[in-house]
Amino acid sequence: MRDLRLTTAFRDATAAALLAALLALPMLGFQLTGTAQGLTLDTRFPWVGYAALTVFCGRLALSLAGQILAPLFKAKLSLPFLLAAPPGRLRNIAGWTMVVLAIGLPLTPFTDRNLLDKATLLLIYVMLGWGLNIVVGLAGLLDLGYVAFYAVGAYSYALLSQNFGLSFWLCLPFAGALAASFGILLGFPVLRLRGDYLAIVTLGFGEIVRVILLNWQDVTNGPVGISGIQRPSFFGLPFLASQPGHTTFHEFFGIPFSTEHRIYFLYYLILALALTTNIFTHRIRRLPIGRAWEALREDETACRSLGIDPTKTKLSAFALGAMFAGFAGSFFATRQGFISPESFTFIESAIILAIVVLGGMGSQIGIVLAAILLVGLPEWFRELQQYRMLAFGGAMVLIMLWRPRGLLANREPTLRLPPLAAENPGERPK
Amino acid sequence: MMTDSLLCVEHLTMRFGGLSAINDLSFHAKKNQITAIIGPNGAGKTTVFNCLTGFYKPNVGKISLTSPSGRIFLLERMEGFRIAKEARLARTFQNIRLFTGMSVLENLMVAQHNLLMRASLYSLAGLFGSSSFRRAEQRALELARYWLNKIGLLDYADQPAGSLPYGSQRRLEIARAMCTDPVLLCLDEPAAGLNPKESYDLNGLLLDIRSEFQIGILLIEHDMSVVMNISDHVVVLDHGARIAEGSPTAVQADPAVIHAYLGTAPEEPTC
Amino acid sequence: MDYFLQQLINGLTLGAIYGLIAIGYTMVYGIIGMINFAHGDIYMLGAFISMIGFLLMGVLGITFLPLALLLVLLIAMVFTALYGWTVERLAYRPLRGSVKLAPLISAIGMSIVLQNFAQVAQGARVKPLPPIIKGSIQLSSANADYPVTLSYLQIVIMLVTIALMLGFSWLITRTSLGRSQRATEQDMTMAALLGIDVDRVVSTTFVIGAALAAVAGLMVTLYYGVIDFYIGFVAGMKAFTAAVLGGIGSLPGAMLGGLLIGLIEAFWSAYFSIEYKDVAAFSILILVLLFRPTGLLGKPEVEKV
Repeated sequence: MRDLRLTTAFRDATAAALLAALLALPMLGFQLTGTAQGLTLDTRFPWVGYAALTVFCGRLALSLAGQILAPLFKAKLSLPFLLAAPPGRLRNIAGWTMVVLAIGLPLTPFTDRNLLDKATLLLIYVMLGWGLNIVVGLAGLLDLGYVAFYAVGAYSYALLSQNFGLSFWLCLPFAGALAASFGILLGFPVLRLRGDYLAIVTLGFGEIVRVILLNWQDVTNGPVGISGIQRPSFFGLPFLASQPGHTTFHEFFGIPFSTEHRIYFLYYLILALALTTNIFTHRIRRLPIGRAWEALREDETACRSLGIDPTKTKLSAFALGAMFAGFAGSFFATRQGFISPESFTFIESAIILAIVVLGGMGSQIGIVLAAILLVGLPEWFRELQQYRMLAFGGAMVLIMLWRPRGLLANREPTLRLPPLAAENPGERPK
Repeated sequence: MMTDSLLCVEHLTMRFGGLSAINDLSFHAKKNQITAIIGPNGAGKTTVFNCLTGFYKPNVGKISLTSPSGRIFLLERMEGFRIAKEARLARTFQNIRLFTGMSVLENLMVAQHNLLMRASLYSLAGLFGSSSFRRAEQRALELARYWLNKIGLLDYADQPAGSLPYGSQRRLEIARAMCTDPVLLCLDEPAAGLNPKESYDLNGLLLDIRSEFQIGILLIEHDMSVVMNISDHVVVLDHGARIAEGSPTAVQADPAVIHAYLGTAPEEPTC
Repeated sequence: MDYFLQQLINGLTLGAIYGLIAIGYTMVYGIIGMINFAHGDIYMLGAFISMIGFLLMGVLGITFLPLALLLVLLIAMVFTALYGWTVERLAYRPLRGSVKLAPLISAIGMSIVLQNFAQVAQGARVKPLPPIIKGSIQLSSANADYPVTLSYLQIVIMLVTIALMLGFSWLITRTSLGRSQRATEQDMTMAALLGIDVDRVVSTTFVIGAALAAVAGLMVTLYYGVIDFYIGFVAGMKAFTAAVLGGIGSLPGAMLGGLLIGLIEAFWSAYFSIEYKDVAAFSILILVLLFRPTGLLGKPEVEKV
């Protein structure tokens, strides 16, 4: 019996290795090299062998591990503690722990500038994930062009502050409102479409916005982008060593100047913005509109038969999701001080969508975990460049195969039946 | 006679390509009555429902619904969701369409969407937790509790609706429709798939709804024990046209009905 | 008028290529209802394999053009189809019947993997290939103010596309493979119950789609003479737009949509602005969907309640 399975494993591995060799033959076995005389073809057949060998070992290890570990997996050791879909209480505790950790992070001794920068970037994705979660996770609308609203927010802050000298705090609501109006503008005609059609239209919209940013030279400065965007100030106090005619942050508080103040400030700023998004979603999910979104995701026909206007309801989700992307975009612009169309490509939309889906469609904590897995971890391997994206894509596939419903998939009802007050439940309320 | 007429369908015709599913159909449904539409398979019963509830736009015909305030709604001109929202016609579906991933209670709360939206000032007051919204939500919860109690699902309020057994899902769908506070409740084969006991209980529930809420009920049904026991008025369709109408007993004896169901026509004794 | 004619020719050539890619999208969508996001990258691999194939022909000394073309076509189709098959097997099959978005995310991941695989394996630089099929027919009279040319390459592209379309229609409508495919498309569970090997049908769909994409890749290599690892994304997006425009799930629709997108692009670039040609294609898609939500040749969906 045991031998039989061993032979099967070997057979599987050999087949996989053969397939890998065939696949590797054209793409790895040959190499196109550009020379002065034009393109030449080099061979590197050993690579084909390495690829086949790797796949052989990998496949063999996988099946053997599967056979050995399968009984263990059945014995309830299957899932890591956190991922075992904790009930509401536990999830609340986990959530609060994360908030406390996030607030405390800059105060810990091992935190340096680099870590805070990475954490800030991670939080941008968390915020975008939470924003898109309203659209995809709650309302079930597949939006592949979310990055367009992020771009609208970023450019509207950059342009407003450059052309009219408006401060970040003045621009923020404006950028959100503008992104939301773009959401409505796009959503109004297309939200009647079926799910997959919506996907392609939003994807197209994302590309349209990017192409316009690239080509509308007079306003957006084209592919060069906008630089020298006003950096954030602490409610009017700039983070500068000195500024004529202005009290700077360190002067006001009487502390020595440090470039790190701004980093800290930015970190707390995005943390606050992200938490606002979270609290907003948390609350709105419990309101009639939030329940209507989820109901629409489940069954639009039934919703119509209950008198819910599907277009308006979807539109509100779309616009609100866009608004948060607009806020995040403004923050991105002020943090970078420089934006160009390159930051708003489809891959960004794909990453954000992946975070939402891997998180577990509607689970706020799941989104944080997915963001850490997808954005945080690869950040540490930045030096590996192209291999990083290869691993990123591979991780996306593997996590999906591992947990198709996302990391934290079970849903908490938005409200529970409160215990009975004095009255008799048989009585008809009027 | 017209005073208590709630729903009035006149000359309704619905064609799909060359096939006419409903042909010049007229009938009434009255307030405080249970009207049953019966007919062999393919007679066009569900199509009638879909025309009433705005899923199809009829080619010809007038469908008017008189609200308690006396206002008359012409349903064939209204969008589907407005029929439910403004004319207050609620329906259930032949293959149950609950929000299966949401809890039983949430299903009943979604049905009170429009009321709660107004109370939450379209979410604005709700976001800040205003007390008037809290009170409205409390009332909505009590209504839900009332219905849960009535359909015997009080203990399952927080379970996902999809996890309920079939019969309970049917009852929940009726309760959900009732939570929209309708003037006319349209039920598409409510007894389909129920066992005799459940079917008997359903009769009780429907009679109860009629007497307590004084609304009209329109139902499509194959289960004759339901139709004959509780209907006040029966409309028989065949091939999209009305072939008989009247009290259950009168319809039962109608030769045209017997012909449509059994295919033995008095004038063709052969075969 | 001459200028118009030239754009028409260019647009049709481009459209034929888009159409071939679009078939892959529409077939997969029709049969398992998913957007195969990696299909554009399969096409990109097809282009790379074709280019390697051409250089290999040079190395092997096969200079008789028709034979070389045929061999490269075969090589590209076989290896690209293998990639298509593997992607389905690895990333999509385990997720069949799962949550609707899971295969989409997996496909996006696969697209990223393939793109970066090509970049790692073959480098990020643009790969140029000298023209292989040279020569053209002058369509306008010698003294016309705008010379209209129809290159031999354009003729080859259109002829190959037409031939593939005919063969393909035959496959779908006349063979038992086509019948099982259509049956699976209508109702996968029922098809399985009637003894159709659904897994094999789905695999075949991916193989056919990838092989057609490989042909498109080969043509693009010949037509533009330059490829890089990024071409799959843009072309894939346009081809998918074409599939939706024609009515997703409809094979003639995919071809029609492809031609339309090609024409729109050619004319827009010629008469308005080349920068905004992508915007034009998408705007027209949005307009069409507003008036015909199921695309040009898509079957209107009757809602069953």
